[in-house]
Amino acid sequence: MESTIVKSVNYNAYFGDNHVVKDVNIEIPRNTTIAVMGPSGCGKTTFLRGINRMHELIPGATAKGQILLNGEDVMEMHPIFVRLKIGMVFQRPNPFPNLSIYDNVIAGYKLNGIKLPKAERDNIVQHSLTRVALWNEVKDSLTKKGSFLSGGQQQRLCIARAVAMEPEVLLFDEPTSALDPISTSTVEELFHELKKNYTLIIVTHNMQQAARVSDRTAFFYMGELVEFDDTKTMFTNPKDIRTQNYITGRFS
Amino acid sequence: METSVDKELSPARVKTGAGFSSKKTPDTVSTNKRLKRSHRQIRAENIFRRTIMIVAVATVVLVVGIMITLAWQSRLSIQSAGLGFLWGKVWDPVRDIFGVYPFLLGTLLTSFLALIISVPFSFAVALFLGEYFPKGWMPDLLKNLVELIAAVPSVIYGFWGLAVLVPIVRSFETAIGVNAVGLGIFSSSLILAIMIIPYAASLGRSMIQMVPANLKEAAYSLGATRWEVIRMVILPYTKSGLFAGVMLSLGRALGETMAVTMVIGNTSLIPKNIFSPGNTMASVIANEFTEADHPVYLSALIELGLVLFVVTVVINMIGKRLIKGVSK
Amino acid sequence: MSVAIKYRIGKSTAFKTLVIVLSLACVVPLLFILVYILQAGITKINWNFLTNLPKPVGESGGGIANALVGTMIIVGTASIIAIPFGILCGIYLSENKNSKLAYWSRLCIDILQGIPSIVIGIVAYFWLVKPLNSFSSLSGSMALAIMMLPIVVRSTEETLLLLPDSLREAAYALGMPFHRVILKVIVPCGISGIMSGVMLSVARITGETAPLLFTAFGNPYLTTDITKPMQSLPLLIFNYATSPYNDWHDLAWGASCILLIWVLLLNIFTKLITRKWKVQL
Ligand SMILES: Nc1ncnc2c1ncn2[C@@H]1O[C@H](COP(=O)(O)OP(=O)(O)OP(=O)(O)O)[C@@H](O)[C@H]1O
Ligand SMILES: [Mg+2]
Repeated sequence: MESTIVKSVNYNAYFGDNHVVKDVNIEIPRNTTIAVMGPSGCGKTTFLRGINRMHELIPGATAKGQILLNGEDVMEMHPIFVRLKIGMVFQRPNPFPNLSIYDNVIAGYKLNGIKLPKAERDNIVQHSLTRVALWNEVKDSLTKKGSFLSGGQQQRLCIARAVAMEPEVLLFDEPTSALDPISTSTVEELFHELKKNYTLIIVTHNMQQAARVSDRTAFFYMGELVEFDDTKTMFTNPKDIRTQNYITGRFS
Repeated sequence: METSVDKELSPARVKTGAGFSSKKTPDTVSTNKRLKRSHRQIRAENIFRRTIMIVAVATVVLVVGIMITLAWQSRLSIQSAGLGFLWGKVWDPVRDIFGVYPFLLGTLLTSFLALIISVPFSFAVALFLGEYFPKGWMPDLLKNLVELIAAVPSVIYGFWGLAVLVPIVRSFETAIGVNAVGLGIFSSSLILAIMIIPYAASLGRSMIQMVPANLKEAAYSLGATRWEVIRMVILPYTKSGLFAGVMLSLGRALGETMAVTMVIGNTSLIPKNIFSPGNTMASVIANEFTEADHPVYLSALIELGLVLFVVTVVINMIGKRLIKGVSK
Repeated sequence: MSVAIKYRIGKSTAFKTLVIVLSLACVVPLLFILVYILQAGITKINWNFLTNLPKPVGESGGGIANALVGTMIIVGTASIIAIPFGILCGIYLSENKNSKLAYWSRLCIDILQGIPSIVIGIVAYFWLVKPLNSFSSLSGSMALAIMMLPIVVRSTEETLLLLPDSLREAAYALGMPFHRVILKVIVPCGISGIMSGVMLSVARITGETAPLLFTAFGNPYLTTDITKPMQSLPLLIFNYATSPYNDWHDLAWGASCILLIWVLLLNIFTKLITRKWKVQL
């Protein structure tokens, strides 16, 4: 019933000599929502950034192994293709401060030099903003700069920006950790909406959040993928002692 | 081609209401076009990367080229006079004698005199803006004024010096009973000092403002007075930064050409005192370069330029290194 | 209060007074210099002054049209060379912070910034005047471009380094190629800093005289041929100021005034534009 969309084979990531992600093998089915958990510094962000090749933007960062997107190794593809197919939302909202809200949503087209007729652009903007439940809030101020919005609104704007490109996979790195509880729940509702059409991979420190939104959970520890299972199983009946400890709060 | 690419990327399905399912069976034709388009982007990306790299290489080539040009063009003079060039007391192009000692002396005298005159004033302005009155419209205005004054071209200072300062200096010289020319080392130093003050003051101000507030507060909480805070906290903390400021100002003074050329009197004789006319390295070059009618003469002027280059670059580098050390 | 404390407070007050007195003692005369130059020049400026050529010695009147046009051409050409070059180099330095090439390039930019302008004039003489066998405005522009370069590079580099990495990442994550990330996101966000560097460098070179002495050289006539000697404002001021003729002094005052106003306006504009164009991060 489900096909694999992202698969990593012996994926390793390094910062210089620092071996941060170790031999990760994971298969992520299409249209599922994955939560990635683990203690701070265990390599979640690094792994996530490896998937769309953002990792290598950091000077001195290298990677080994394979990340397969629809069976194709992203390491052999040009990063531009990879990133067009795999969108990303960051921990801190980062709308383009020089662009209006409208242009922020359409940024992936506009800044990539893809010309669209006005009607189509309007359509994309409205559609994307509606998907992230922001349309009603900003429809009268589309020409204002994106940085005037509140933090939660900015984050949803960033999600809209990623959604507008219609990627196949969306990566989220602790998308709600910089947000207040109300914005957080808005974004979580959004995940439920998005998961119908996209594969979501969400790094989160919040176990409740993982339980609420994800189908499956991956647990990382010290750079290794310790366990990857149905979220329910994972939280009720973890197999690995390290997962158990983490879930029961026995790690710092 | 572009438009069909766009269709593929745009959510046409939004209109048809077909959802996002089309992604699962990618339309191979438009995917190919999208790829083609992105290939163009990749090529542009590579070209851009290479361009900025070439530009960076070009800056290195430029500076190396400048050094080589100076060294090569001064070879005649270096061969004929060697190091004696620096100590030779006579500069007489007619007899092909090229000793630059008078200009070295002139340069050092004007620059150091200018420094001595300007340091108390620049330091005062720096403290005024950086410590005593860092905020408010008055200091803001003053700060902008200082910056504006720093932007006045040196040829204008030179002209003003000729028209206003030189007569004043002349009457001063008459009053104290030295040879009253007006033009000379002293006038040049004054002009240089005027030109340096705004520059040194804004450097000093930025250094003083870098002192962490908690250090000062710690001293105040122990009952220190303003002056004690300045002496015990600010001065030690900004010592090397202020010294760097002095070095950079010195570098400016050494290389300053026009204002000095206009008021120094332009003679190749060794200055007897600070009121004598003289020449600096820069002013000799400015005055004589287009008149140099035979190769050794020209070459000697270029060697002078080479010396000036080396000295100012070394002094500037020291100053910049110190400032980098402070701002870290 | 004990005597010791009174003494310490007195000392502190005395120092503060000294600082204020010294500050005013130098800023006020400096202001007077500005005012003096503006006053001496402003009365000389009229339509004829701006549109006529200088008259030969002995005839009064005449203007500085040749120098105005010359300055525009020389500074314009220098800007065309130095601004793109400098911005691109600044981009390289900020995007490749730790590369070997960046280290050397940075060192060279530092060196460039310290070279006295007269020395740059010498170099331009050997690179363009000698080979072409004629003084030319092009060689002057070349010298001025070399002087502009470090200012533009440094302001670009420093501005771009201040931009947060999250901005680059946002752009890369949308699949933007490197050149678009830079030209469409990074540079527009840093435009105010870059522009202020550019404008300050233009202000700076407009007044430079020394590098033009043996490159553009000066020319009593109007020319727009960049391979020929050309007059410029600072050269005109230098030549006429050091001449013994009062008529020429008047021209020099007028020219000084114009040059000064131009430089001051550029500086003020820079301040305004920097504030206005600043992208709120
Ligand atoms: N830019 C970097 N340069 C060098 N080392 C880094 C860098 N970023 C992360 N690291 C190292 O890589 C390791 C993993 O970092 P990573 O950011 O992937 O952890 P994480 O699981 O996302 O942690 P957190 O939950 O705190 O976000 C850390 O030990 C860190 O020291
Ligand atoms: Mg992280």
